[in-house]
Amino acid sequence: MSTTKPARRENPMSWRTGTGIAGRPWKGAVREYDLFKELTIGLVAAILLVLAASALFGSPDDKAVSLKSWAVAQPADFVATATAELAGTSDTAGYGPPYNSTPGATQTLGPIDLQTLAGVKLPIDTAQAFVLGPLSSLPTPPSGVATWKAASADQRTAWTDAYAQAIDKAKNHDPADVAAGDYGPVPAMMRTLTTMATQGSLDSVISAQGKFYNLDYTPAILFMGDGAYLNDLAAGLHLSGDQWGMMNETGNYPGQSWLWLFSFFYQIEPFASLPNADIVVVVLVAVLTLALMLVPFIPGLRSIPRVIPIHRLVWRDYYRRR
Amino acid sequence: MVPLLALAAQDGGTVYLGWGAFTIQLGNFLVIAAMVVLFVLALVLPFPKGRKRS
Amino acid sequence: MTAPTREQVAQHPADDEIEPFSTWTGRARRWMLTKLPPDKLLPESQPSYVASWIYVFGMGAIASLAVVIASGLVLSLNGPSWWHVSGLGHFVNSTHLWSVEFFFLFMVVHLWGKFWMAAWRGGRVLTWITGVLSFAVGIAAAFTGYLLQSNFESQWISFEAKDALNAAGIGAWFNVANLGQMFTWHIVLLPLGVAAIVAFHVILVRMHGVVPPLDAAESDSQLAHVKEASE
Repeated sequence: MSTTKPARRENPMSWRTGTGIAGRPWKGAVREYDLFKELTIGLVAAILLVLAASALFGSPDDKAVSLKSWAVAQPADFVATATAELAGTSDTAGYGPPYNSTPGATQTLGPIDLQTLAGVKLPIDTAQAFVLGPLSSLPTPPSGVATWKAASADQRTAWTDAYAQAIDKAKNHDPADVAAGDYGPVPAMMRTLTTMATQGSLDSVISAQGKFYNLDYTPAILFMGDGAYLNDLAAGLHLSGDQWGMMNETGNYPGQSWLWLFSFFYQIEPFASLPNADIVVVVLVAVLTLALMLVPFIPGLRSIPRVIPIHRLVWRDYYRRR
Repeated sequence: MVPLLALAAQDGGTVYLGWGAFTIQLGNFLVIAAMVVLFVLALVLPFPKGRKRS
Repeated sequence: MTAPTREQVAQHPADDEIEPFSTWTGRARRWMLTKLPPDKLLPESQPSYVASWIYVFGMGAIASLAVVIASGLVLSLNGPSWWHVSGLGHFVNSTHLWSVEFFFLFMVVHLWGKFWMAAWRGGRVLTWITGVLSFAVGIAAAFTGYLLQSNFESQWISFEAKDALNAAGIGAWFNVANLGQMFTWHIVLLPLGVAAIVAFHVILVRMHGVVPPLDAAESDSQLAHVKEASE
């Protein structure tokens, strides 16, 4: 009976244990190694480095903005955005899940629609949440709220469309400068809302959401993000998606440089202009990260260290004394 | 801050280096440069010989 | 010097000869001691080829991680507003930021080194995988940290990040604008995740040993004669 088989050629770059030296415990020459001492030295070095960097450079702290700072700095943008929220034409109003169910708004990958699958789990009615609700919370709610609620959907749309266009045409988009027209209760509601904002009470009402304790800032963030104020501030700090903003930090401080790959795709076509750019980039980065994780299984990729022998520098002492 | 390579933009003290659409903020650039420098140094700097074991 | 073989462990007079293991605990202990006996877990020597500065970066990453956790502990114990109003608080925040930068700096150099050494060889593929996993989970942990700064950046980052998460269908359960949720992720779940994966990664390194040089051969002087490292 033949017991010999031609030996199967093992790939030394493979992930398998194999029969080579790499797969067996090292039986050769050793050098002294003090694990705890090295750990201690490492820890001390790290602490010193961190303390030095912190003392030399500190860290940035750009103050948070608020609905108050928004209404004070850019009242025109505030009113235009609030009108869009009332009209249901803002970005949030047309976002789709998890905030509402706008048809055709979701980001899909072909037939796969994860956004819709998740459902409307954080429901936000923009008109109610950002305009009608806060106005109704006043000790004497403006009469405009009742007028609005009594009006038909068509009537409401007519008012908000007309008002939005009028603001657009007004000098500096100033709500005080709009031409005369039939805008119903909208201008008065906006005036009251702006007063609430500049006085600071709108921040409290929208952040509290009727509760004493609330750590959910979703409504406030969405409202602010629907306007130009937050976005312009970010663009000024080079934090926008198309400015490598994901990686950046304010000032000259280092940011999240490890997000370079994620950020990269938003800078180049075709990704930059895709309507479903976010899900595409997420999937792409996930696949690439998985590929990195599975390099040992990928022929070609796993052989690169052999082809480009940087390892000869790492182990030059070993190779010299063979 | 001292401009290195191509100074792409300077926005009120914040320095951005780069070429066209590819801009990198100074802090990030320095961190990445430090990674490369340390990697190269680690490969070329001589390592102390081991201690004789008694 | 070298790890004891299975036979050597079995010949240890303490356990196996006196009574065969019948409990889960006993069998687990035997398995653990076989896979990672104490002198492999805490060795006093390492192979002669571990002689390059590239090898310090894994340790550097772990040391930085320790500083990240310590500074993070101080920050979270004092609450998210502390660093805005206290000079010491701001300094601790700075240490947290810089230890994170160093953590990733050392980890990336460590990754580059391990790739060019093809450190997955000889059955070390799980070590490689857990390494990349610590990188990924670390990135998630760092990201959630920015959301807790309670400043303009937190506002902007939560506004932007919601899109990727919503598109992936998880935006409602991982609500970046919900400070309470993000606190739990950042100070409990993700640090535990990173620590657990890193611990597992280190145990694997201790189990398999540091990968030998590419093209190491039995005829090499370091293997042909087992000798002390010479001057």
